[in-house]
Amino acid sequence: MVAYTIRRLLLMVALLFALTAAVFFLFNMLPGDPARLTCGKACSPSVIEANRHRLGYDQPILTQYGQFLGGIFFGRTFSSDSPQPIVCNAPCLGYSYSRHQQVLTMILNAAPVTFWLAVGAFVVWISISILLGIFAALNHGRWPDRLVMGISLVGYSLPSFFIGLLLIFFVILKFNWLPFPAYVSPFVNPVGFLKTMILPWIVLAFLNTAFYMRLTRNQVLETFHEDYVRTARAKGLPERTIVVKHALRAGLTPLVTAAGMDLAALLGGAVITESIFSLPGLGSLAVNSVLQSDLPLITGITLFSSTLIIFANLVVDLLYAFLDPRVTIA
Amino acid sequence: MTSPARAVEPPLLSVKNLSVAFPTEDGLVQAVDDVSFSVEKGKTLAIVGESGSGKSVTAQAIMGLIDRKAARMTGEIWLDGQELIGLPADEMQALRGSQVAMIFQDPMSSLHPFYRVGAQITEAIFAHRSVGAKAARAEALEMLQRVGIPAAERRIDDYPHQLSGGMRQRVMIAMALINKPALLIADEPTTALDVTVQAQILGLIGSLQSEFQITVIMITHDLGIVADVADDVAVMYGGRIVEVAPTSVLYHQPEMPYTLGLLSSVPRMDRDVSMRLEPIPGNPPSPIRLPPGCVFAPRCKYVDRVPGGACASARPELLHAAPDHLVRCHLPSEERQQIAQDLLRVLAGGAA
Repeated sequence: MVAYTIRRLLLMVALLFALTAAVFFLFNMLPGDPARLTCGKACSPSVIEANRHRLGYDQPILTQYGQFLGGIFFGRTFSSDSPQPIVCNAPCLGYSYSRHQQVLTMILNAAPVTFWLAVGAFVVWISISILLGIFAALNHGRWPDRLVMGISLVGYSLPSFFIGLLLIFFVILKFNWLPFPAYVSPFVNPVGFLKTMILPWIVLAFLNTAFYMRLTRNQVLETFHEDYVRTARAKGLPERTIVVKHALRAGLTPLVTAAGMDLAALLGGAVITESIFSLPGLGSLAVNSVLQSDLPLITGITLFSSTLIIFANLVVDLLYAFLDPRVTIA
Repeated sequence: MTSPARAVEPPLLSVKNLSVAFPTEDGLVQAVDDVSFSVEKGKTLAIVGESGSGKSVTAQAIMGLIDRKAARMTGEIWLDGQELIGLPADEMQALRGSQVAMIFQDPMSSLHPFYRVGAQITEAIFAHRSVGAKAARAEALEMLQRVGIPAAERRIDDYPHQLSGGMRQRVMIAMALINKPALLIADEPTTALDVTVQAQILGLIGSLQSEFQITVIMITHDLGIVADVADDVAVMYGGRIVEVAPTSVLYHQPEMPYTLGLLSSVPRMDRDVSMRLEPIPGNPPSPIRLPPGCVFAPRCKYVDRVPGGACASARPELLHAAPDHLVRCHLPSEERQQIAQDLLRVLAGGAA
């Protein structure tokens, strides 16, 4: 297990390395001149050229990539020959000239918002969908099952921006049950935090709940027909033990994979939900960076989100091996 | 056979007029139709039949494993003086695994993949007796040794996937017998195993049976294994019992044409190799639309010998051909015996 983990971690480093290259070259080969974006509308060609040189965009792309990588590991200094050099300590993901901020700082400012959004929604959707999924499976074919599956189908077909706008319209604008969302840290103002986050949580959880409810129900139903569940029953175990210890344990384990990956994807930013509720998370940041063609920021966010996914992949694999003894890790 | 002492002691298990039907969208599936039989203490009854003949459903009914909400069940099942069909669910649960235990066809999938075999066995102990964890483990270990698991003290902490198929079936047997049940139902216990392992497992069941004084119901589609293990045989077809007899009688004086068909489709070492096996033509009936008369009539070669087409219209009763031999067939007894003896002579001697 330890050897496997170390090997996976090394592989992860290699993968991340490849990822930096892919992300860097992909975005730097996009049409558009990053130097042009460094000054406003009235910008003389000489200023652009000066900026290009100052920012290193006149260097060959491989050199730029080397500097980018070097920045991640050792830090780097932008505009080193100007009177006000910008020091970016390792791990330096770059410097956004349009916002005059370090990319990592912006990501770290936005990450907590996304973190709370994703984790809160995750708790909501996992708990509701597993409970309702099991409930439906236990009442297979009868009206509670049909009701839950019907709700799931409706939930599945409603886009999240529609539910979001509906909730904003009724809950906030029409009935004034909640104030308009304005993000505050849960450590500063827990009540305000909850009031802001509850609707985004619901919206974000909605689609996933529909999906996971079905998944849970089908998984549990499938395991009910497994031979080992029949064996458990033949042993004379109480129905509760049969359902929880034998059927659910086996049926829900595969959910770990899906849930882990979905959570990781959300931690990288929930674009639509964050935009609807004006939450200053990674999703909003990513959208804005694209709209402003802020190349360093786009690169940084993409790298950050993909790292999360790769890491989640490893965690999920290790967790699965821990939960299912048949999965051998060697 | 009919000594006074035996006559006084009632059979351990007695099934009377058991019927199990499952309502489905396509119609009523009559899985078991008016089945009656009994097994005396310490004996082995083999229930033989093709897939869909109702043998497994009969076993599940005895185990109380039939979903009452999904099935219509009538009749009586008496186990050691207690009627099981009318028993409340919690009382049936208390009997399951302690008084009546079951092993299944596929030991690969019948053990839970996530739990160690020792834990799965002790779980069966804890379900019925208050025993300390240490004592339970010692008991499980002893039983694993008894069923012939080599290095049982190590294997007890293995997961099922670390054991071979035969070992897993031994674990299943250990688990079934851990609470010393009075009745063991073995549902095709060797079908999924290699032939060499089959004989070992059957031998093991036999030796444990005499050691623990267990009554066994052996469910199988394989007449070849029945001769070695069973005292009596019940042949099922289309949800009904069509013939019941002591094993030697069934092999030497079978009367029901379906039994004859089964016997002639089993390959035998003592038979002339140039002889072809004779399969029974056609397919088993759909349990939704059982034939109105004899369920075997559509596949029976001898329908024409019964006057008035009774086979297709009237349901034959299970009647005594001898005191311990019951047959469900419209053919007159003498004619059945004649057909059987002719066939057996051909089977035994080829051209002789």
